[in-house]
Amino acid sequence: MPAEPAAAAADGPLGEAAVQAALDEALAAVAAAGDLEELKAARLAHAGDRSPLALANRAIGSLPGPEKAAAGKRVGAARGRLNQAIAARTEVLRAEEEERVLRAEVVDVTLPARRPQPGARHPLPLLMERVADVFTAMGWEVAEGPEVEAEWFNFDALNFDADHPARQMQDTFYVADETGGASSGLVLRTHTSPVQARSLLTRGVPLYVVCPGKVFRTDELDATHTPVFHQVEGIAIDEGLTMAHLKGTLDHFARAMFGDAVETRWRPAFFPFTEPSAELDLRFSLGRAAERGWIEWGGCGMVNPNVLRACGIDPERYQGFAFGMGIERTLMFRNGVTDMRDMVEGDVRFSRAFGVEDLATSGVADVLGGRVPASAAQGEGEL
Amino acid sequence: MRVPLSWLAEHVDLEPGARGADVAAALVRVGLEEEGVHTSGVTGPLVVGRVLDLTPEPQKNGKTINWCHVDVGPELNGPDGHRGIVCGAHNFTAGDAVVVALPGAVLPGDFAIAARRTYGHVSDGMICSAKELGLGADHSGIIVLEQHLPGVGVTPGQDALALLGLAEETVEVNVTPDRGYCFSVRGIAREYAHGVRRPTAEVFHDPVDVQVPAPSGPGYPVRLSDDAPIRGAAGCDRFVARVVRGVDPAAPTPRFIADRLRQAGMRPISLAVDVTNYLMLATGQPLHAYDLAALQGELVVRRARAGEQLTTLDGVERALDPEDLLITDEVPGDPSTSRVLSLAGVMGGASTEVSAATTDVLVEAAHFSQVTVARTARRHRLPTESAKRFERGVDPAIADRVVELAVRLLAEHGGGTADAAATDVGEPAQVVPLTLPAGFVERVVGTPVGADEVAGALREVGCEVTDAGGVLTVVPPTWRPDLAQRVDLVEEVARLRGYDAIPSVLPAAPAGRGLTPQQRARRSAARALADDGFVEVLSYPFVAAAVHDAQRLAADDPRRRALRLANPLSEQQPLMRTSVLDSLVDVVRRNVSRGLRDLALVEFGAVTLPVAGSAPAPLPGVEQRPGEGELTALLAAVPPQPLHVAGVLTGARRGPGAAADGFAREAEPVLWADAVDAARAVAAALGVEVVVEAVQHAPWHPGRCARVSTRAGHVVGHAGELHPAALEALELPARAAAFELDLDVLLAQVGASPQVGALSGYPAATQDVALVVDAAVPAARVEEALRAGAGELLEDVHLFDVYTGAQVGEGRKSLAYALRFRAPDRTLTAEEAGAARDAAVAEASRRTEAVQRA
Repeated sequence: MPAEPAAAAADGPLGEAAVQAALDEALAAVAAAGDLEELKAARLAHAGDRSPLALANRAIGSLPGPEKAAAGKRVGAARGRLNQAIAARTEVLRAEEEERVLRAEVVDVTLPARRPQPGARHPLPLLMERVADVFTAMGWEVAEGPEVEAEWFNFDALNFDADHPARQMQDTFYVADETGGASSGLVLRTHTSPVQARSLLTRGVPLYVVCPGKVFRTDELDATHTPVFHQVEGIAIDEGLTMAHLKGTLDHFARAMFGDAVETRWRPAFFPFTEPSAELDLRFSLGRAAERGWIEWGGCGMVNPNVLRACGIDPERYQGFAFGMGIERTLMFRNGVTDMRDMVEGDVRFSRAFGVEDLATSGVADVLGGRVPASAAQGEGEL
Repeated sequence: MRVPLSWLAEHVDLEPGARGADVAAALVRVGLEEEGVHTSGVTGPLVVGRVLDLTPEPQKNGKTINWCHVDVGPELNGPDGHRGIVCGAHNFTAGDAVVVALPGAVLPGDFAIAARRTYGHVSDGMICSAKELGLGADHSGIIVLEQHLPGVGVTPGQDALALLGLAEETVEVNVTPDRGYCFSVRGIAREYAHGVRRPTAEVFHDPVDVQVPAPSGPGYPVRLSDDAPIRGAAGCDRFVARVVRGVDPAAPTPRFIADRLRQAGMRPISLAVDVTNYLMLATGQPLHAYDLAALQGELVVRRARAGEQLTTLDGVERALDPEDLLITDEVPGDPSTSRVLSLAGVMGGASTEVSAATTDVLVEAAHFSQVTVARTARRHRLPTESAKRFERGVDPAIADRVVELAVRLLAEHGGGTADAAATDVGEPAQVVPLTLPAGFVERVVGTPVGADEVAGALREVGCEVTDAGGVLTVVPPTWRPDLAQRVDLVEEVARLRGYDAIPSVLPAAPAGRGLTPQQRARRSAARALADDGFVEVLSYPFVAAAVHDAQRLAADDPRRRALRLANPLSEQQPLMRTSVLDSLVDVVRRNVSRGLRDLALVEFGAVTLPVAGSAPAPLPGVEQRPGEGELTALLAAVPPQPLHVAGVLTGARRGPGAAADGFAREAEPVLWADAVDAARAVAAALGVEVVVEAVQHAPWHPGRCARVSTRAGHVVGHAGELHPAALEALELPARAAAFELDLDVLLAQVGASPQVGALSGYPAATQDVALVVDAAVPAARVEEALRAGAGELLEDVHLFDVYTGAQVGEGRKSLAYALRFRAPDRTLTAEEAGAARDAAVAEASRRTEAVQRA
């Protein structure tokens, strides 16, 4: 018995109930898919080529004309809904999957990486670089000289008479001559001052140079002495330079190293290579320095005309000043270092504490402790 | 120099209420360095007590103690009108006045006195000895004031601190080498007046302000006979001598002298010696006292003769140098009797010293040359109080007056009588006047100072000043030999006005060029290594020859030719390092010993490379610029001291840490390659191209040592793993790697700015090649050949695999390189890139017999 096409349409695979059932089954399968794999299987089963809806779709063509449209509409709507459901489900499952993966990939971000331990510069050369920067910013240049030095440069040219007690003030390492005696004419420089004479002889005037460097005295190492230490020497020779200019230069230098609040004081002193001479004391409030009152920073004075004469400079026309500061002392005051031995023993923990660069505007709290936090506290909106 | 305040106050009026700290501050203001303000160390209730009765009580330990009742005055006595005190000394009796430290007092050495139970009594204080109060070494008994202060009336309860001078402060200052006159109360008193800005004419009372009676005739014969003056200066240019007879050798030194000597840090010895020391401290003029009876008739001041010897007062027998100036004596007219008595101005000999039997004393005050005394004191290592003053300069004008003071003290306290005759021979040099245009002070100081003010300040320090139309003629005082040129006078004016009065003015230097390329390059290298994990350290450059043995340097290795110090700190380390590694290894060891084993240390520093047979450095004069020849010799005598950088790596280079699979437990040990890479990093930071090749070079492992050279062929240094035997000898961890580079060689290559054309935007063509070579062929040579053969299209080469194994055969290795080609003006075709690659391979084959791997 041939079936009624209409009835077939209504009751067969293209019938409303069948399509609805196929769709419901498909939607249920999509909804039940727990991951993208299951969804893929559900899609193949219910939206694939051999799925009921696909078969129904293909069967539309065989329907009598008047029924085609209704069946097509019905199947198309069902397929559309299914595809929408798959797409929606895909998105959900994809998000879930991503989240699961990310969750699984959580690491302990505080773990160390496999890199070398951080390196560091030694604070003494860093400080000498900082000093050089302060002076080059004023137009000065940085000079250098040898550590094993001719006695003439270290003493004679600097107005240290061979028999004057000042020559014994500084405990000097002498270089042995061929017989082991001390008449080689060479010493380990006891100060960076021989660079004064070298600069005058080789650069001439006007002269504005600083020389940071290593110096040597026959002191045993203890908490406050070391036989090898560092100084920075400065010398300026020009027409018309006076003690007032020396004072201005050192006041600026002190502020650059210790902050604007630093106070300076001069005491008359004696150095063979300067006359008049002074010791420069500092007072500022930072760490241990605050408790100590005036602390001695270095010596200075007007270059003795005898030095200029020994270097062929006319002292009637040119005059100027020189100064020398201890770098170790500067580091002690600035950074609270209490024991000289820490600076010279090479323990890596000491250098590491200073990092790779001296970025502090100065060692003093009124810069780092004042300005920066204050602006942060005011809030960005107010600026 | 230590000055008790009361002594100072005798010679300068102290400001009202001035304490030690104020005096020190005033002295600092004019240029004396404060060493400290000292007190006796005794504080609290220290009073005079009268012993009412004492009961000897034998003890079980064999000692006998005295149980004393002591009257310490109505305010301090106990309810019974006295205090009970246990005392172990026996040199006193009832009725004696003693010194009592009451509970609350503190004696030197932080010895706090309290009432305490002892020997069955409560001892309510302590009866003190001289030693316990820091008044000397006498501990034979307690102080009995009737003997200690003869003739001084005391009452119980009286403050003994003041009575014994224990309340007094002593100011200690450091005297700079130019101010010999400040080694005296006389000089310090003047400086104090300057420090408080008070006129010396009003407040200063000169200790040598004394009238010397005209002598009746020539005194004891003295002959100045210097036949070899040093640097044109006679060894002695004034010699004053007087004789005092009948001095009681047992006469005690008056207490004020003994106290002051002790406060100044000297030990009282005998009246004659104490008087000379006291006056030296007071006036700055060293004196010497001879036992007249021991002298042969004539004193002769002369230089030593070869072979002469002297046993000085310190008991040392000294061989004398012909430059030493001596005081000798002889029978007049008979030089063969000549005897050495003392090293002039430095130290006396034992033979003619005043002794316990001396009654007739010859007092000497002379003026010896600064240079002569300085050399003798240094030669014999005798920096005595006398030498310290003479080498800095003693006032030649006061010798007769100081001797007069000595004579008076010996007469007064020793009962002696001075001869009316006096010796005063020699001619001190006249002080040379200086010319000072008044405006010169302003020119140096930088602030206006009027001619009157200049003259006033100079007169204040003792100069004679005459003003002729703004040009001052200045005669410095005899006690200031340091005032020798105009600028010395400027300092006097400036310090008397106060350095505070100088304004602060920043000078404008001419525009500079900043740091030199070399200076910047050095910073870059240091920074690059720090960024690479290296920690910068410093080490002393002093090394032992043994370090060269430990490094297995060949006998003729130039690094063994090290500069030797004549006076090293340690005889074990007399040499200056010839490589930074010489001393850096010590720092490595120190860190390892402190448990810091994973290290990458680097040091930048000079090494000293003495030139064999170089001449000693000359010592040209200083009156003018050295001649060109002298200057050249001077500079040539200073040995080359190139700047090196050296690094040592030990332990782990990379520690355990995060990894793709969670956590990598294995630390990555340091490798020879880390050292080579660091060397390359230094060169790269400087922008200098270097070539690396295998060499054998101590102290490196013979198969793991790279030589680093510039393209031009200058050797920069070495890097790699250290020789296992060297590591063992140097006590370094196994497998440590190291590098040492001569930065000066690298820095010399820092030159013109690099020239960079436009970058090509065309696509790159990458070609990989695998080349099989003999295992001994260095990869760097293969790469160099590839670069040379590939031509201009080659942009980059890098090695991405090294394979050894059966597939390439025994003794062979395969090196796989990626070559990147790019043309500046077009997209390369595959054919072009292939041709370039083939050319590269061909060159590699030609140079290294490389075969392309199938």
